Amino acid sequence: MLAWTIYISFLGAAAQLLLPRGSVALARILALLTALVGFGITLTYFLLHRTGEMLTVARVPWIPPLGIEYRLAADGISLTLLLLTGIIAITGILFSWNIADRAKEFFAFYLLLIGAVYGVFLSYDLLLLFVFYELVIVPKYFLIAIWGSTRREYGAMKLALYSFAGSAMVFIGLIAAYVAAGAKTASLGDLAQFPFSLHFQMLAFPMVFAGFAVLAGMWPLHTWAPTGHVAAPTAASMLLAGVVMKLGAYGCLRVAMTLFPLGLGPWSFHVMGLGSWRDVFALLAVIGIVYGALVALVQKDFKFVIGYSSVSHMGFILLGLMTLNQIGISGAVLQMFSHGILAGLLFAVVGRMVYARTHTRDLAALGPMNLNKVIPFAAVTFVIAGMASMGLPGFSGFVAELMILIGVWRAYPLFAVCAGFGLIVGVVYIWRALQKAFFAEAEVESAPPNPPLPPISYPERIGAMILMGASVLIGLYPQALLNVIVPALNSPLFEGLRKGSWQ
Amino acid sequence: MIAFPWLTLLTIVPVAGALILLALSGQNKNAVRWTALAFSLAAFVLTLILWRHFDSSSGSLQFQERHAWISYLSVEYHVGIDGLGLLMLLLSSIVVPIAIVASWQIQQRVALYYSLVLILQACLFGTFTALNFFHWFIYWELSLVPAFFLIRLWGGPRRTRAATQFLVYMMVGSIALLLAFLAIFLAVKQFDFIDLAALAQNGQLIPDVVDKLAWHRFAPEHMALVLFIGAFLGFAVKVPLFPFHTWLPSAYCEAPTGTTILLTGAMSKMGVYGFLRILLPIFGAQMQVVLTPLLWLAVATIVLSAYAALAQKDLKRIFAYSSINHLGYCLLGIFVIVKFTGGDAALTAEKYAAMNGVFLQMFNHGLTAATLFWFVAMLEKRSGGLRGLDDFGGLRKVAPVFTGLMGIALFSSLGLPGLNGFIGEFLIFKGSFPLVTWATSLAVIGLLVTAILVLGILQRVFSGPLNERWIRLPDLTAGERIVLAPTIGMMFALGLYPQLLLGTINNTVIQMVQHLKF
Repeated sequence: MLAWTIYISFLGAAAQLLLPRGSVALARILALLTALVGFGITLTYFLLHRTGEMLTVARVPWIPPLGIEYRLAADGISLTLLLLTGIIAITGILFSWNIADRAKEFFAFYLLLIGAVYGVFLSYDLLLLFVFYELVIVPKYFLIAIWGSTRREYGAMKLALYSFAGSAMVFIGLIAAYVAAGAKTASLGDLAQFPFSLHFQMLAFPMVFAGFAVLAGMWPLHTWAPTGHVAAPTAASMLLAGVVMKLGAYGCLRVAMTLFPLGLGPWSFHVMGLGSWRDVFALLAVIGIVYGALVALVQKDFKFVIGYSSVSHMGFILLGLMTLNQIGISGAVLQMFSHGILAGLLFAVVGRMVYARTHTRDLAALGPMNLNKVIPFAAVTFVIAGMASMGLPGFSGFVAELMILIGVWRAYPLFAVCAGFGLIVGVVYIWRALQKAFFAEAEVESAPPNPPLPPISYPERIGAMILMGASVLIGLYPQALLNVIVPALNSPLFEGLRKGSWQ
Repeated sequence: MIAFPWLTLLTIVPVAGALILLALSGQNKNAVRWTALAFSLAAFVLTLILWRHFDSSSGSLQFQERHAWISYLSVEYHVGIDGLGLLMLLLSSIVVPIAIVASWQIQQRVALYYSLVLILQACLFGTFTALNFFHWFIYWELSLVPAFFLIRLWGGPRRTRAATQFLVYMMVGSIALLLAFLAIFLAVKQFDFIDLAALAQNGQLIPDVVDKLAWHRFAPEHMALVLFIGAFLGFAVKVPLFPFHTWLPSAYCEAPTGTTILLTGAMSKMGVYGFLRILLPIFGAQMQVVLTPLLWLAVATIVLSAYAALAQKDLKRIFAYSSINHLGYCLLGIFVIVKFTGGDAALTAEKYAAMNGVFLQMFNHGLTAATLFWFVAMLEKRSGGLRGLDDFGGLRKVAPVFTGLMGIALFSSLGLPGLNGFIGEFLIFKGSFPLVTWATSLAVIGLLVTAILVLGILQRVFSGPLNERWIRLPDLTAGERIVLAPTIGMMFALGLYPQLLLGTINNTVIQMVQHLKF
């Protein structure tokens, strides 16, 4: 039944194109229904199977001579991310309620993107995974290029090129693994069991990992992310930061690390104190955390602040993966969920609540508008989202980052200190954006904007409530997700990883 | 033992109130105000019920609730109160209604204002009942948010700066505190205050930490000190202790007066409470190591803030500095307790006295300072915002009742026998003097300077020739007299019959002091 999340989304996308001309309201409602059904299916499945183990959902031979199957399966990690996708899909549509220009196409691309994302998280066959992974790139290009804002062609093209380059690396690595294993099967479980030689893994691991990490916004391959987020329309930036970046992190964990666990092992030599690919990627992740935070601190454009904050928070996920201990990796998966929700919320405030009304994202120009009085709901939402994003206890970010930091402390104490510094900078940049955008006291009380800004609409309110509620729920009861994440990490699929240097 | 989750219910009541107020935001302002007051009074009634069912003959934790929560982080939901917790709950539930009444004249965004006040109250209740670091810290941190916005949005002309300064100080303290507890957690996998205290009393905590964190370059004593200083910073900023106090005068001064009441009456107690509940049981041995510097800080806090208060012209600033001074006595009383460990009966009796004094002083300062700021609010309402020491003069003639009642509050702050302020300070001095004579003797200067201060206020504001400008200044209205009466009554009641509270806290004090062994 979980497979229907994919089909429903694709069907919904097709149905959009069949709608009569000019039926914008119908298009919205249809899109919302599609997203709701997709989320409903995931939630039902989640409530029914709370073991976290890998369960096959669909299995049909696809290219029998090559041993390639159409095989979908889900474990606790996939489920966590499927839930995230469902929530972001619903709220993204709620925050796109104002789209009137070519609305049918917009929602068609949007649902296509959602369906492909569901596909990636559900694929158990690597070739299938790759097909869905590529499929994600197309709609996101068009979403940005057609409905985007500032420098949208540039942003869309940059994002597409980076994505393609990353996928090319992934593809080479996967084909090599498929061939090296005898070209009999592309199933994740079988390939993870196959004893690739140490030499092969040492070469394949960094390639596949880095290929996926491009999409996860790993420094220095992150530059597509801020420009892409800024250029994208609100719903697309919510999807990009909320879900698409998670695809990269998911691939790193699900594919690169499970197939080539030996690639994480030590080299026999050291270069500048780094003794393994694990050290290298951990270092890049830490640089991403600190660099992203510092750059966010000096942005003039409100949306760039959030864009760079995503780079910083995604660094935590990659760093958590590189801890190779249970608490660090489960923290990383939890952070994927948490950051997905929070990035979605922050982009919704900046893109929809503020930019769509004021038509500027310049912090200096927003200040005199006295937004905390004009659109108080947006101010309150940003305060809550900001608190959650800076990792205040009680919100999802705190637990996730806490678990990651505990894991990092065991693996790389020095990096834990650096990441802690990144967190403190995180407090400051959110703080600065909050002050400048919403609470800057104008020297002279400026006249109210003319015409007055439209009030925050109900779809926006509901969307914001859903996202805030999800963050608080997981912040107060992370167990709900950890109960499926931890057993998934203890499943046979990750055995190679556990045997290595799992602590 | 009552199985009903009283403490959780108590924390939920103000949250529910806050949500209802937000839903009411379009309604008329009086409806909002009365709803807020009703919820704070409901919380007050609940604490009275708790007090009634509280078993004073035991110093142990009561009304405990303990549930598994996040097993992967060994986090439990664990709440419970002993005499200290109950005392703080009582204080918060008295101070919040006062703050709500004192904020009655706020006109802008009333619903938001009161819902922030109630959220702050929930955080206070949570902080005073939580026994697991995890959710205790949630309340501790979250309390900053309403406090920040109360200052930031409704404060005086320099509110932006004051609110930012407040938040930055608090955040730095909290981060230090968090890091210290994370380090401990990494080593012993414990977040529970009671379990941590037990480990520390057995002398296991620090060796475990040193062992697990493998920082062998650090000697164990140094490691322990680093952790202690981290945790210490968090609380010292909150109380505040000299030299971490500089955020306080501007925050108290710029905040709307109703908020100042909350800050001084209840929030500052969070810091002292942290010293008692967390630092003393867990880091008692480390406190003993650095006792002399700590005592110097306490003495400096007491004496310097008293002099600073003397130099101010603004009544709010005066009372702000005077607050620092009064909380300094609490810290003095706490620090002297770790001077000697062991069973000498005479010294133990002194420790009981000092600790009882600290508890009472916390309560009394909360009550008195809240009342004093309330008077300032009423004065501001009459004078159109003026509150300078030299703006008035001779008010005694036009507002005799106002003068009389505020005089009582002022004398209570001074520690006049017969009023509530006296008994706490007396017990602290009585207990501290035999334990650490030099520090206690120096602290007496603070008492003297406060006396000069109080007399100065009485003279310059209320006596002397009447300032012509205030010839029409109205005296307290009947309504104001009625709402003030319980507060003033409580000052007398506690001053004349301190047993009212002492009976509740004494066994907790005995148990706390006896558990200190290192």
